[in-house]
Amino acid sequence: MELVAHIAQVQGFTAIALGLIIGFGALGACIGIGIMGSKFLEAAARQPELVPLLQGRMFLLAGLIDAAFLIGVALAMYFAVANPLLVNVMAAGAGH
Amino acid sequence: MASEPQGGLTEYIRHHLEHLRPPHISEGAFWTLNIDSVTVSLVLGILFCLWFWLKARKATAGVPGKGQAFLEIVLEFVDGQVKDVFHGDRRFLGPLALTVFAWVFLMNAMDLLPVDLLPMITAKFGIGHFRPVPTADVNMTFAMSITVLVLVIFYSFKAKGFGGYMHELFTAPFGKWLFPFNFALNMVELVAKPVSLAMRLFGNMYAGELVFLLIAGLFSTGSVLLYSLGIIGYAVWGVFHILIITIQAFIFMVLTIVYISMAHDHH
Repeated sequence: MELVAHIAQVQGFTAIALGLIIGFGALGACIGIGIMGSKFLEAAARQPELVPLLQGRMFLLAGLIDAAFLIGVALAMYFAVANPLLVNVMAAGAGH
Repeated sequence: MASEPQGGLTEYIRHHLEHLRPPHISEGAFWTLNIDSVTVSLVLGILFCLWFWLKARKATAGVPGKGQAFLEIVLEFVDGQVKDVFHGDRRFLGPLALTVFAWVFLMNAMDLLPVDLLPMITAKFGIGHFRPVPTADVNMTFAMSITVLVLVIFYSFKAKGFGGYMHELFTAPFGKWLFPFNFALNMVELVAKPVSLAMRLFGNMYAGELVFLLIAGLFSTGSVLLYSLGIIGYAVWGVFHILIITIQAFIFMVLTIVYISMAHDHH
């Protein structure tokens, strides 16, 4: 029974951590994309002839901004499906 | 889900995240071989080369066919990107950029196949684990980015000479009296390039694959509502993923060009 409580504790904290990773990552990425998109639209409205030049760079930066967030998501997903932090708890439980 | 083992969603995803490895190597050994990644990437690389080579051989200066026109668009797009960043002899960098772009794009595009398609086919031949997306394997992305690092170092030596490059490594930001700091900073900069390049591509593709797997997990729940939700989710994420794989291939290409052209710059 004690083991169940320990596993639940580890899983509970992991779930909170996953929320933080994805939530804050998404927050940052969205703010970044929003600022960049608004600046791009402003620039495009001011100088429409530069749109083809800026568009490629905007997509490049969109990918760069998204990347850190998606690395976080990948990490979070990994922890969600196969929690490596549980291994020690399981090993300790098997020892008893 | 032909190859689905018992044990629900977690088991299903874990099953799909295991690489095809030579059987005599023990679990978790350091030296191993991900046969699936190597095979798929080799097949795609050969396909890309054959396709471009065949089209280039039959290229005409007259009215181009659809295939040639498509290749010309890709070629001019990549060449334009190289031209924007790098001002010098493009005979090596241009083909390199084209290869990186097309190859990474094709490898990423394997993500768009249904997640169970290739494992289902290989399961017919008795192979249980098969991951079809080479770029969702951290070994592949690091192999590519370390190759870029080697090229960066090679071109640094070539453009500046041994003395010039050493001079830059030891004196670049703060002058010669602080050479240990300069060297440490330059090393960090040098190492950060392949790590960020590889992790970016890997993270994107791995997250994409996992989301596909999570959605595919809905198909086995048995409820019609969740099944149709899964189909809609799969389609929506698939469409969004087309954008991601293109952008990631593009970023990998552009950063390769930028890093190599930075190696040509003198300080």
